[in-house]
Amino acid sequence: MKNRLKVLRAEKNYTQADLADLLAVSRQTVNALEKGKFDPSLPLAFRISRLFELPIEQIFEDEE
Amino acid sequence: MNGEEWKAKGKKNTINLAIWTLAWVLSMALVTFGPMFIWEDNKTITWVVVVLNFLLGIGMILSNIRHMNGLDELQKRIQLEAMAVALGMAVVAGLSYTVMDQKDLIEHDADISFLILIIGATYMIGLLFGQKRFK
Repeated sequence: MKNRLKVLRAEKNYTQADLADLLAVSRQTVNALEKGKFDPSLPLAFRISRLFELPIEQIFEDEE
Repeated sequence: MNGEEWKAKGKKNTINLAIWTLAWVLSMALVTFGPMFIWEDNKTITWVVVVLNFLLGIGMILSNIRHMNGLDELQKRIQLEAMAVALGMAVVAGLSYTVMDQKDLIEHDADISFLILIIGATYMIGLLFGQKRFK
């Protein structure tokens, strides 16, 4: 699944470690999400959506 | 839960798991070598230490569950995949080893410690591959 996490993070001037702290996950998880190696669960996707104040479909894009 | 709380809880869970694991390993050493070197085959003491070792083992398992539950979802996935490989290898290698022993293909008798070694090594290799895959 593609996502705009890296762009959104850069817009807010967050480091991966900052974003990891805000989402209560590891920095490795943020990195894997940004690289599209790992798809988040629905609760984590909602946390990301609330943090960036955007609907989920504006952050994540289904590739199918 | 914010990031700081999550990290603090993770650290606490890891320390707890390390303490339980250390206690279990020490009690295992005690139950293995104690009857020979400390209390000279006193069955009552041996029974007490065996029960203590078992209870510490249960504590270690519960602590490991708490540790797992405190991980984030990617870390849980890495752990799950490593455990799946280790469990699969335990069944496959364990049964092969048993057959080799039954058919006298190996000189010594099958020993459970060999299986524990295989499980531990496979689990560690699975973790390393998982960490590398999601780096």
